[in-house]
Amino acid sequence: MNTPAEKTPATVQPVGAGAPETAVILATGPEGSTERAPEKTFWSQLKASMAMFGNAKSATGLIILGVFALVAIFAPWIAPTDPNSQNLNDTLQPPSLHHLLGTTHIGQDVFSQLVYGTRGVLVVGFLATIMATVVAIAVGVTAGYLRGWRSESLSALSNVFLVIPGLPLMIIVASQFQDPPLWVVAAVLGFTGWAWGARVLRAQTMSLRNRDFIQAARANGEPLHRIILVEMLPNLMAIIASSFVGTMTAAVLGLTTLAFIGVIPVSNLNWGTILFWAQQNNAFPDYWWWYVPAGLCIALLGVALSLINFGIDEYVNPRLRSAGERARSMKRRGLNINASVTQVRTAQAAAAAGGAASEGDAV
Amino acid sequence: MSADSQTTIDPTLVGTTATGTDRQGSRVPWRFIGGRAVFYLFTLWAAITMNFFLPRLLKGDAVDSFMARSQGQLTPAAEKALRALFGLDKSVPLWEQYLNYWNMLLHGNLGVSISTGLAPVGDAIASALPWTLGLVGVATIISFLIGTGLGAVIGWRRGSRLDAFVPVTTFLGTVPYFWLGLIFIAIFSTALGWFPAGHAYEIGVEPGWNGDFISEVVSHAALPVATIVIVSLGGWVLGMRNMMLTVLDEDYITVAQAKGMPNQRVLWKYAARNAVLPQIQSFALAIGFIVGGTLVMEMVFSYPGIGLLLLNATNAKDYALMQGIFLVLVLAVLVANILADVAYAILDPRTRQTEA
Repeated sequence: MNTPAEKTPATVQPVGAGAPETAVILATGPEGSTERAPEKTFWSQLKASMAMFGNAKSATGLIILGVFALVAIFAPWIAPTDPNSQNLNDTLQPPSLHHLLGTTHIGQDVFSQLVYGTRGVLVVGFLATIMATVVAIAVGVTAGYLRGWRSESLSALSNVFLVIPGLPLMIIVASQFQDPPLWVVAAVLGFTGWAWGARVLRAQTMSLRNRDFIQAARANGEPLHRIILVEMLPNLMAIIASSFVGTMTAAVLGLTTLAFIGVIPVSNLNWGTILFWAQQNNAFPDYWWWYVPAGLCIALLGVALSLINFGIDEYVNPRLRSAGERARSMKRRGLNINASVTQVRTAQAAAAAGGAASEGDAV
Repeated sequence: MSADSQTTIDPTLVGTTATGTDRQGSRVPWRFIGGRAVFYLFTLWAAITMNFFLPRLLKGDAVDSFMARSQGQLTPAAEKALRALFGLDKSVPLWEQYLNYWNMLLHGNLGVSISTGLAPVGDAIASALPWTLGLVGVATIISFLIGTGLGAVIGWRRGSRLDAFVPVTTFLGTVPYFWLGLIFIAIFSTALGWFPAGHAYEIGVEPGWNGDFISEVVSHAALPVATIVIVSLGGWVLGMRNMMLTVLDEDYITVAQAKGMPNQRVLWKYAARNAVLPQIQSFALAIGFIVGGTLVMEMVFSYPGIGLLLLNATNAKDYALMQGIFLVLVLAVLVANILADVAYAILDPRTRQTEA
C-alpha cells in the first residue's frame, strides 16, 4: 500500500523534527494563522507567540492555573472566615456546611486557610520563578551568543548549579535568616532554580546564532541588544515559557517543602504551613480534612503546570503529538504500527483506508 | 539529523561509528574522562567556596548562635577561643580564613557540631550517611529501571491504552514527597499495620549482619523507598516515552524492521538503547531532586539519616553541621554523576570514538 505523501493531514513534519529549533522557526506557520498576514501588527505577533498555548492540554493547564490565580486575588471574598481566627468551641470538626473542610485543633477554618494559602503559594512561586527566569535568560542567552572561554565559563556555572542538590542549599540559606521576608524566600528559591532554564536557552541560542537571519542582522550592523531582544528572543519564547513553567513547579514544591519542615516562618500562610501544623498536632491519620486538601492542591497545581508544559512540548516537537494519532488511525484500519512486514491489502481495504493515511514507518 | 556531516573524507574508508569502535576495541576515552573530571573538581571547588562564604555573607554564624544558646554564661574570652576553633576569627583577613578552611577540609576536619555536644561533625555525619545512601541508592535504581522500562514499552505501543499511564505517573510525580509519605504512614502503618511508621529498626534489635536485623531494616525501609519510587517514577516514564517517540521515527528503526528483526530486539537493542541516553544525561538533575526528596522523607519517617540530622541541625542553628552535611551531599551527588557518566560512556560509542 502506498499513500501519496501530499495527503498527509495537517500535522506538518518539519525536516529533522527532533530538533526543537527547526520547529520553533516553523511554528508560527501551522499553528497560528495559516495565511501569512500582509503586515505584522503587535496583535498578530502576540497571537502567533501565544500559539503554543493553543492546544487542549495547555489550555486545560492554563484554566486550572487561572482558577488558582483568581482564588488568590479574591481570597478575602471567597474565604468565609479569617484564616487565623480561632474558635475554641469548634475544634477538629469534620467537614460540614458551616465549615466546608472542617476545622483545626484551635478551630481555624481549613477552607479559609487553603484559600489564603493559595495566595502565599502563588505570590512566592511567581516571584521566585520570575527572578529565576530573568537570571536564566541573562546567563543562557549571553552564554549562547558569546563564544570561547566566556561562553564556557557561564555554561560551567549553570552546570554547577544544576548538579548541586537544591533542597539542602535552600534549607541552609533560608535558615540563615531569623524571620525571612517573602522576597527573601522567593530569592532563595530562584537562586537554586535558574540553572536548567539557562542550560536549555544556551543550547537554543547557540543554534540560532548561526541562522541566516541572525547573520543578516549582524551584517546589517544591528547593535547587539537589538539582535538579542528583537531577533532572538521571539524565537526563544517557547523554550522560555517551558522553562518558566518547569521552574515554577520546582519553586512551588520547594516552598511547600520548606514551609512543611518549618524553615520559613509560619506567618507566611501557604499550603505547606497547613501541613506543618497538621503534622505538629498529630492530624495523621484521623483528621483527613486537615491534611488531604492541601496536598491535593499542591498536586493539582503541579498537574496544571505539567499540562502547560506537555502542550508546549508537543508544539515544539510535533512527533510527540502525531505519533499517538498516527498509531491510532492505523489501528482503526487494522494495521499494527510496529508490524515489520508490509501487509498486502485488497483494493477494497486500501480504498477504505484511503485519504487519512499517513506515511507510517512500517507500511 | 541531516546534512551536518563533512563529506571531504571517503566514507567507505572511515566506516560507520560502529566499525570505528570495533576497530578501536575498548579504548579508554581519556578526553571524555578528563573533561568530566575537570568539571567535577570545579563543581566541588564551587560548592566548598559557596559553603565558606554563605555564613560569612549572611547574618548568622556558628559562634553567635552558640553564644545565644548559652545565654551569657560564656565570657568574651571563651567566645574568642571558639571563634579561633571555628575559623571565624574576625581579626584574621578573609583570604587567610579561606586558606585555613581548606587546610581543615584537607585534613578531614569539618569542624565541631554544637548541637551534638561539640562532637566532630565528621563523626555525626559518618553514622548517618550509610542510611541515606542506602535509601537513595535503592530507590533511585528501582525507580530508574521501572520508569525507563515502562516508558520504553509505552512509547513502543504508542496510541494504545498504555498512554493512560502518562497522566497517572505525572500526577504522582507532582505530589510532594512528604505528603505522600504521611498518607502512606496513615494507610499502611496506622490503619493497616503492615509496615512500621518510622525509624530504621526497632530499639531492642541489636545491629549486625543477621537475618533478624536485615529483615527489620528492610521492613522499615519499605515505606520510604516505595514513596520515593512512586513520586520519582513519573519523570523517568515521561522522558523515556517522549524520547522513544522521537527515536522510533528514525530510519535505522525502519531498516531494522525491514531486515525482519524480531520486535523485541528492535525495541530493546535499537530503540531503547538510543532513547535511554538522554535519560542518563538528565540524571544530574534528577539525582538532586531525589536527594532532596529523601531528606524530607527521613524527616517524615524519623529515619536516622542525613535528612533527620539536617533538620535537627537547622532547628539548633548548628551551622558547622549544616555545612558539613551540604558538602557530603554534594560529594555524594558528584559520585552518582560520575557513575552515570561511566554508564553513558559504555552505552554510547560516540564518547569513545571522538578520541581518534
